[in-house]
Amino acid sequence: MTAVAERRAPTRLVDHFEYGLDAPICLTWELTYACNLACVHCLSSSGRRDPRELSTDECKALIDEFERMQIFYVNIGGGEPTVRPDFWELLDYAVEHHVGVKFSTNGFRITKERAERLAATDYVDVQVSLDGATPEVNDPIRGAGTYDAAIRAMDNLRDAGMKDFKLSVVCTRENISQLDEFKKIADDHGAQLRLTRLRPAGRGADVWQDLHPLPHQQRELYDWLVANGEKVLTGDSFFHLSAFGDALPGLNLCGAGRVVCLVDPVGDVYACPFAIHENFLAGSIRDEGFQHVWREAELFKSLREPQTGGACSSCSAYDSCRGGCMAAKFFTGMPLDGPDPECVKGNAEFVTVGDRPAPSQDHSHKGTVRNAPVPVKIGRRPPTTMCDESPVNPGDFVVG
Amino acid sequence: MLEEAWTLNGSVALRPETFGALAYDFTTRRLSFLKDPALVDVVRQLRNHPNIAETLDAVGISDGERPRFRAALERLADQHLIVRRNTQ
Ligand code: SF4
Ligand code: SF4
Repeated sequence: MTAVAERRAPTRLVDHFEYGLDAPICLTWELTYACNLACVHCLSSSGRRDPRELSTDECKALIDEFERMQIFYVNIGGGEPTVRPDFWELLDYAVEHHVGVKFSTNGFRITKERAERLAATDYVDVQVSLDGATPEVNDPIRGAGTYDAAIRAMDNLRDAGMKDFKLSVVCTRENISQLDEFKKIADDHGAQLRLTRLRPAGRGADVWQDLHPLPHQQRELYDWLVANGEKVLTGDSFFHLSAFGDALPGLNLCGAGRVVCLVDPVGDVYACPFAIHENFLAGSIRDEGFQHVWREAELFKSLREPQTGGACSSCSAYDSCRGGCMAAKFFTGMPLDGPDPECVKGNAEFVTVGDRPAPSQDHSHKGTVRNAPVPVKIGRRPPTTMCDESPVNPGDFVVG
Repeated sequence: MLEEAWTLNGSVALRPETFGALAYDFTTRRLSFLKDPALVDVVRQLRNHPNIAETLDAVGISDGERPRFRAALERLADQHLIVRRNTQ
């Protein structure tokens, strides 16, 4: 980790977050590495189920622990969570135990009947993934037929009366020019648009060079976000863009291990959904339980120490950008205490980039996949989970 | 508002943290932060007192502090984190 600076007494809310909370506020739980798709930028390199995945009983015990810790809601992803045969059972169990669920899906299994069940409970929110506002842009990334499947799922949710579900888009070089169209698709379905950042995690590392937005597109995205304000959710994804001007709404903080974490399908706990690598593995729920890992893991304790900005410290934008995303730096081989690979001030160019770290796991499909991405010019396979690195919206802050 | 009976909304749960508490509304799926442990006390106590003024007395909020608490409670009411209680 980066060098440790002197610890100040926390005064602002964000300082409290920096030092970590008793329980995470943005917990992602990937239920399975199995997926019916093979998106090229999948953050968790999903495809095949892992034989060690948590059993139904282990999942229920984990939900019990979330309830005890008052983790109000979890973001469930995968893989495609709905391919787990016990998915709907676990969803009901979570709701009965006062753990709200927002789950990410590619939409294939959101039938009319399921949509009606989902619309009937306040505790469940759905996030449908779509990475192009047209099949021409979407399907090469997510796979043949995935555009139609996502739209059908959203039609079903709208028709069932589900309000404010999420249309979740990973922003890429190919779709930045479609932001208004995405907004319209969301509006037409009574959904909320959620834009997140492409990160070089999982298979995303393989396509990063081809897909991450170009500098002028980052500017376009920033201006669009400023113009559209709080109506569009970003999960605090884009705080590195704050260096363009005013800070974007949100915490402007890398929450990894502080307020954010990931529980993977085999019960391993990582600092962030975009940091599935042994360097960010804090422990396993199978050894000592989730609470123990969250509160005691050495990795998390070190992430909660104040970090120095390294080469970023002298940057005028450091207060809001803070050197950007730890995972993006790590997986592109950049030092963790320096600029983000997409530093909008252009400072990443002056950094000596090391070798890209070798992935520590890969569950990608090995054979052919029915809905494989149509290879246009991009090489590989699909995602389903988006990080909610910060679930915090600006309006959420109540000053006492 | 000060003379009325209020309570924490039934769909809202509070989780204590060192800065105060997190408040989560299961219906709106909104997370908020109460950035003052005394405010958390007040909010928790509302249901035990006939009105807000008496709640503030019971928690020991000084006169000088009341405008700040009043403003905070108004914001909580706007967000439906606290609601009027039927005293009939
Ligand atoms: S900034 Fe990057 S590493 Fe930090 S929580 Fe967000 S996605 Fe994870
Ligand atoms: S130099 Fe660092 S803090 Fe400044 S804009 Fe670039 S990444 Fe952000």
